[in-house]
Amino acid sequence: MKWLWKILPWFFLALFGAEIVAVMLPKADGKFHVREFGSLPVLLNGRIQPFDSVARNSLLQIRSTGDVPLEEVPSWKFWHHPQKLKATEWLLEVMTRPETADTRPVFLIHYSDLLGELKLQDKGVQKSGLRYYTYNDLKPLLPEIFEQGRKAGEGKSEKQTTFQKQVAKLANAVTLYQRLKVTLQPEGVNGFAGELAGFQKNLGAAQAAAQASETGKDFDKEAVRKVAEPLRDFQFMAQYGYPMVVPPLQPGLVRERWQNAGASLLDSLRAGQVHPAMVCFAAMADAYRQENPDGFNRAVSDYKAWLMPGFGRELRKGGAEFYYNNVKAFLHATIIYLCAFVLACGAILTFALAPNLSESLRRSAFYLVILAGLVHTFGLVFRMVLEGRPPVTNLYSSAIFIGWGTMVLGLIIERMYRVGIGSLVASFAGFITLLIAHNLALGGDTMEMLRAVLDTNFWLATHVVVITFGYAATFFAGLLAILYIFLGVFTPMLGRNLAPAEAVTSGSGALSVPASGIEGQKPAINIGKALSKMVYGVVCFATLFSFVGTVLGGIWADQSWGRFWGWDPKENGALLIVLWNAIILHARWGGLVRDRGLMNLAVFGNIVTSFSWFGVNMLGIGLHSYGFMDAAFKWLMVFIGSQLFVIALGFLPIGLWKSFSAPPTAPAGVGDDAPTTVSATP
Amino acid sequence: MFLDRLISFFTSIRLTVVCLALGLVLVFWGTLAQVDLGLYKAQNEFFRSFFVYWAPKGAPWKIPVFPAGYLVGGVLVINLLASHYKRFSFSRDKAGIWMVHFGIILLLLGQLMTDVLSRETTLHLREGEAKNYSESERETELAIADVTDPDADNVIAIPQRVLMGSKVIHRRELPFTILVKSFLANSQVENHEPGATLPPAATQDIGARATVRGLPRVTEMDRRDVPSAVVELTTPRGSLGTWLVSEFVDRPQSFTLGDRVYELALRPRRYYTPFSVQLLKFRHDVYPGTDIPKNFSSRVLLQRPETGEKREVLIYMNNPLRYAGETFYQASFDPDNQGTVLQVVRNPGWLTPYLSCVLVGFGLIVQFVTHLLGFTFNRKTA
Repeated sequence: MKWLWKILPWFFLALFGAEIVAVMLPKADGKFHVREFGSLPVLLNGRIQPFDSVARNSLLQIRSTGDVPLEEVPSWKFWHHPQKLKATEWLLEVMTRPETADTRPVFLIHYSDLLGELKLQDKGVQKSGLRYYTYNDLKPLLPEIFEQGRKAGEGKSEKQTTFQKQVAKLANAVTLYQRLKVTLQPEGVNGFAGELAGFQKNLGAAQAAAQASETGKDFDKEAVRKVAEPLRDFQFMAQYGYPMVVPPLQPGLVRERWQNAGASLLDSLRAGQVHPAMVCFAAMADAYRQENPDGFNRAVSDYKAWLMPGFGRELRKGGAEFYYNNVKAFLHATIIYLCAFVLACGAILTFALAPNLSESLRRSAFYLVILAGLVHTFGLVFRMVLEGRPPVTNLYSSAIFIGWGTMVLGLIIERMYRVGIGSLVASFAGFITLLIAHNLALGGDTMEMLRAVLDTNFWLATHVVVITFGYAATFFAGLLAILYIFLGVFTPMLGRNLAPAEAVTSGSGALSVPASGIEGQKPAINIGKALSKMVYGVVCFATLFSFVGTVLGGIWADQSWGRFWGWDPKENGALLIVLWNAIILHARWGGLVRDRGLMNLAVFGNIVTSFSWFGVNMLGIGLHSYGFMDAAFKWLMVFIGSQLFVIALGFLPIGLWKSFSAPPTAPAGVGDDAPTTVSATP
Repeated sequence: MFLDRLISFFTSIRLTVVCLALGLVLVFWGTLAQVDLGLYKAQNEFFRSFFVYWAPKGAPWKIPVFPAGYLVGGVLVINLLASHYKRFSFSRDKAGIWMVHFGIILLLLGQLMTDVLSRETTLHLREGEAKNYSESERETELAIADVTDPDADNVIAIPQRVLMGSKVIHRRELPFTILVKSFLANSQVENHEPGATLPPAATQDIGARATVRGLPRVTEMDRRDVPSAVVELTTPRGSLGTWLVSEFVDRPQSFTLGDRVYELALRPRRYYTPFSVQLLKFRHDVYPGTDIPKNFSSRVLLQRPETGEKREVLIYMNNPLRYAGETFYQASFDPDNQGTVLQVVRNPGWLTPYLSCVLVGFGLIVQFVTHLLGFTFNRKTA
């Protein structure tokens, strides 16, 4: 058996490591070089991004998913991967084969009042309780949707009803879809490449005719007519085309002046020549529509060859972001965190029953947290490089960073106390924060450009990072405290002694069994005391980071708005965390609370931090507010309720705590009777 | 005996915890209250006062229900000072605590100083325009200008405080007395339509053709009150009539008394500076292909006649101009992008947070590092 316990951690590491390697290796393209196309750069939302990001973020806004499943698979058949359209494939279809795209159920409508209003209850496709509709389903209702959406958009966003928000969202989704259709060519055109070649041929004659008409001479009316017809389509494309796909002709002069396809085609009238990029795009669109892989692949590589000399940087950025999108580092990290969490739970629950198994599971969890942490770090750093920014720029990235911070703290704690507590908390926090981040990403592009006042890497790197780390530390202390309360009330764990540190550290292979009070050694410390020390230490760091972060924020405000402190909700939220941490420390130093009190205070710290992180954004006021989020509000209330429940548990009389009512395994000094060993003030 | 108890009360760490907890509740409550009261009013009621008061709607009395910012902060400072005097010896292992606590005292006192001494005004400039004054956001003044001399106006400004407080205002420089018939902190001025229920607001000039009614004061940060007043000007020989003055009216109203010509206007209170600021160019940069603002900047010309100083300065986001005790921040702009709004702040205590941040941050690091190193060391040997 012993060899099995030794091998198990390595087995888990190898399993998930192999998966990560498989995910990270570059993939081959299929018949159509869709991946290559998906990496091509365009300009949208003020930044260069690949077609793939346009596709993905549009799909998130329309369908709340990153791809389009093509078949129904019952959820219990989890081993069966359903056929799906990848984001870029979907986009190509929308742009070049709109007739097919219009039959895909991509519009998610889940608000029942809206479904009733539009009489859609019985239409559409139902999947996991959500209803999806095709563009063709919605077509007859478009006038009504747009009218309602316009009305909803008139009021202030904080005062909108849920119905208004939902209808506005639907109207936006439909508009976005319609705009995507005219990205490369007029909707549903056959043989666009040929049409464009004809247009190009007629341009010279038309220009001559136009000049002639200006000077009052006789001009070739036929030549003008030939050009005027396609111009109507181009005008429409210029007005509605969504991403700017055509780079400027002179990259040295104005690198950022990209155009959408329509605008570029209109410009060719003046230039007398169709932009080379448009020639390539027309060839791609045409070939994809005609299901001609060779033509498509040739056009893509022609375009890349054209881009390379002047727009190498943009091309690389597109490729890198495409890679980032497809690796889905945070998704994989989430899965590994979850597995590590299960293993760490197992390790703690079997701590006394089967010490060897417990140690094996603990190691497995520890290794997996390290692996997940590496993947998490990879995603975080990749994002920073892509954006050219410090890690936290918006709510989405703050969730990612808080998860990262707790992961680091958890690994440190796990290195110090090898009982699985650090891994447990790190994996739990990593899992939850990445889940929150995933939901925050549904709004669309998470790498949006920063508004003027935030456009400063100095303050983002100092204030924002420090304060977010303060949040992470406060949450970490709170999670440790929850663990203390659960273990204390429901298990006899807290009273058990930790193995002396040396026994575990020394001898790499020796899976030592935690023993209580081995003769000749100094008395071991029990898990309850150890947790108490951890919480205290983490609260100290949380105080440091939240205070320095808050004051740095004030200094930033002084630099940009002319006042250090304005009692703005976000500032107040940060101040609440500082005050709360200070209360914990002073209550502890003053002997007002012992271990259990400390834990209850630390759990309440979770509530304070969640209010500061999310709650203040929901007030809908102040310079810092990002918008009102009602779904998030519900979850915040659930979270606060759960924390209050844990605190109530923490207040149970000591006799009901399993850890303290059982016959003590430690000689003395358990729970509230123990003198506080940690004290910074006399 | 009493003194001992007093001392032990003010040096107790329980008092610290209680103050911090009260502060926590106060900050939380004050944040929620902003939804209804607006930032400015909530700030004054919760943080810039000694007590949070409660009063039933429309009642003339109010009762204190909770300690507010000045009280909590004040007791905390006393508590800190007293504890340090009484309990903390000045030793090396307490150096961190000393730094932290004095950093915090500095921060609190600095903020008190800011509350009492700082002044926020705005400077609105169109391109090409130069001004040697900035205007108050919240205070108004009645300006009475003797414009008889074409070369120099003689202006007397009566601040809002005086307009609100007194009914009769004499000024030695003026040959008439001002009777404030009514003062409305926020108001709406409308044309007087025939058959309107409200009578004309005054007898002279615009007031004869307009009505005015009071409005509740605005609570949103991005809107301001429109104050109005009706004043009667009297001389020993009798009344000259009544005037409606309002910030809503954008031109001064003039009248003649004897051989002098006067102009009357209610305008945002002005603060003059010994230098002038001229807007050369305002820029509003957006990210390519979007209307997301990337930067706002104002290129201004700073001129000070008495020193002969004359230089160009670029003020942009996160980069204010600090000059002669005032700081100019890019705050807003005109919709046509040809005018800028600069926030002008005079705050003698602006440096205290910087010092305090360094002191507390460093102090905490010293304290925790020495302390936690001991703690891990203990663990290793445990």
